[in-house]
Amino acid sequence: MSIDAETPTGSRPGGDGSGGDRSGGDPFAASARETTEGRVYTVTGGDWEDFLDDTQQEERVVINLGPQHPSTHGVLRLVLELEGETVTKARSVIGYLHTGIEKNTEYRTWTQGVTFVTRMDYLAPLHNETAYSLGVEKLLRVSAPERAETIRVLLMELNRISSHLVFLATGAMELGSTTGMTFGFRDREEVLHLLEFLTGLRMNHAFIRPGGVAQDIPENSREKVLEFCKVMESRLPDYDKLFSGQPIWKQRLKGVGYLPLDACLALGTTGPILRSAGLAWDLRKVEPYCGYEQFDFEVPTSTDADCYSRFLLRVEEIRQSLRIVRQCMDKLEPGPVMVDDPKIAWPAQLSIGPDGMGNSLDHVRKIMGQSMESLIHHFKLVTEGFDVPPGQAYTPVEAPRGELGYHHVSDGGTRPMRVHVRDPSFVNLQAFPAMAEGGLVADVIAVVASIDPVMGGVDR
Amino acid sequence: MSGDESSGGLPETAAEHTGPTEEAATERMVAGRARKGMFGVTGSGDTSGYGGLRVPAYVPPEAERPYGGWFDEVADELFEGMKRRGIPDSAVLRITVDRGEITFYVDREHLVEICRTFRDEPALRFELCSSLSGVDYGPDVPQRLHSVCHLTSLTYRRRIRVEVAVDVADPHVPSVVDVYPTADFQEREAWDMYGIVYDDHPALTRILMPDDWDGHPQRKDYPLGGIPVEYKGAEVPPPDQRRSYT
Repeated sequence: MSIDAETPTGSRPGGDGSGGDRSGGDPFAASARETTEGRVYTVTGGDWEDFLDDTQQEERVVINLGPQHPSTHGVLRLVLELEGETVTKARSVIGYLHTGIEKNTEYRTWTQGVTFVTRMDYLAPLHNETAYSLGVEKLLRVSAPERAETIRVLLMELNRISSHLVFLATGAMELGSTTGMTFGFRDREEVLHLLEFLTGLRMNHAFIRPGGVAQDIPENSREKVLEFCKVMESRLPDYDKLFSGQPIWKQRLKGVGYLPLDACLALGTTGPILRSAGLAWDLRKVEPYCGYEQFDFEVPTSTDADCYSRFLLRVEEIRQSLRIVRQCMDKLEPGPVMVDDPKIAWPAQLSIGPDGMGNSLDHVRKIMGQSMESLIHHFKLVTEGFDVPPGQAYTPVEAPRGELGYHHVSDGGTRPMRVHVRDPSFVNLQAFPAMAEGGLVADVIAVVASIDPVMGGVDR
Repeated sequence: MSGDESSGGLPETAAEHTGPTEEAATERMVAGRARKGMFGVTGSGDTSGYGGLRVPAYVPPEAERPYGGWFDEVADELFEGMKRRGIPDSAVLRITVDRGEITFYVDREHLVEICRTFRDEPALRFELCSSLSGVDYGPDVPQRLHSVCHLTSLTYRRRIRVEVAVDVADPHVPSVVDVYPTADFQEREAWDMYGIVYDDHPALTRILMPDDWDGHPQRKDYPLGGIPVEYKGAEVPPPDQRRSYT
């Protein structure tokens, strides 16, 4: 008993004389080593007062947040310089998820590139596929048939909903609301089920191809999509109930991560962050592609330029996306879904076979049994690919996180010379220091959540 | 006919003026590889008859006035603005219009000031630097490294491309971070992947590759690895050595 009583007094700072004498042998003291930058402490937990004693009242601390920290949104490493709990300097370190996708596409055909780019920003695969395909189509000087464009819009808007739901889910979890997390992921699951029904896969679809889409959507899509819209519309008020008026949520987000319009433009920030600063800059409206000019929807904006307004904008964008999805279903007319050019159109005549998905038996029978030329053509188009006339093109689309641009360079071959992706997460992440510096450590988490970077897109 | 007459009536100075610069620019602005033969076959006897096929490297053709649409207006305003800032017209090496996009190939000495002109001139107002990327056209191409800037005007809803070409031996391009702070990460990426040195960049360090990495991986001559497979010591050759059709 006497030992138990002595230990806590001994380890307490500023205690009696015996505590001070024993500080040299304190098993909980931070280990220190000298470097050219000064003394570096490795802190492994303990008390702030102890720490200040050890560091001779030096309050400036540099900490690494991540890359394996659950609230840094993936493998993002943040280096923070703190004074007390105030962030005086913040920098992001990236590259932990670099997979060399841009380089990989240079050794594949133009069509195979879709399979790579869909894996970049894995929360917005269909936006990546569309932007890539639009770029290739621009180089080819063709455009996809109307039905294919409407299917693209439908898929992109569904994808925008799922991406924003992940923003809500992960953002809520990082701020401590696990209920928000379960809500978000539950509803995202509905979207992924629908996308699986429409394209065959939950993620990494490779469904949108240069020239159109891989195949038509299933017959009873209309019912499924409208059913989903009903479910989502019934669940959206839950987010308002849970978050919009909630005092904790508001206190954590209001006035946090302020980034005014001029800073947004200087730092190249686009998407909901730019719109939260008051500029209704949405590429779907200002530079319509895929026939967006025919849809009736609003671009929500705010002038608060803080994390809370970005949250509200994203919830509102889900509503607007649902409006577009409904209009898509009314607009879909029967027709071809691939450009009418056998030199470009990927000969995907897919059907569900006994072994999952494969080329339809009718198609195989035709090319194998009736037309040697068809077989050769099919083989050449799949293995060699099609030539793309030389030149370059820049194609932006409005992804959930902002302007997603593809810079394609062709030298006239069947493979890209260069595919550069201007990923919105990568560019928006530069705004993180401007938003986080001067705030508290707790605000850093809210700021990163409001930028909503996807590391697959940042590092590519 | 009247067009022929008027062009024929132009003083010879114009022809003299365009002659050498165009030649020099053509030499510089190669944007592709020359090809010969078919199917990428080399080192074997030609049995196809296509071995003598020669396809020259692509050179983006210089656009002729009128460029069409708002391109003329932007070009005129650019030259006006450059005059006001004391930048010689020769700083714009070539203007091309292709697939509805206008490209300004500029001299790297004047890149920053030209970007500032694009940003600040009231009639241009390209406030946003959407994208900055490096391009490598391969070992055989003169001035193979290109630094490509895509500028966006939110005021006028226009997009243009500003391109600079440099040699591998002297891969220096002035940094536009001063004009467009958003170019920070993107120039670091272009340095990391292509080894383009952006002079006066605040902290030009690697961004995607580890700090101690050797070489610049997205260059066309960066050595690629093969994949060993467990079959009699075989190896899947590196992607750039596999048979290709281009």
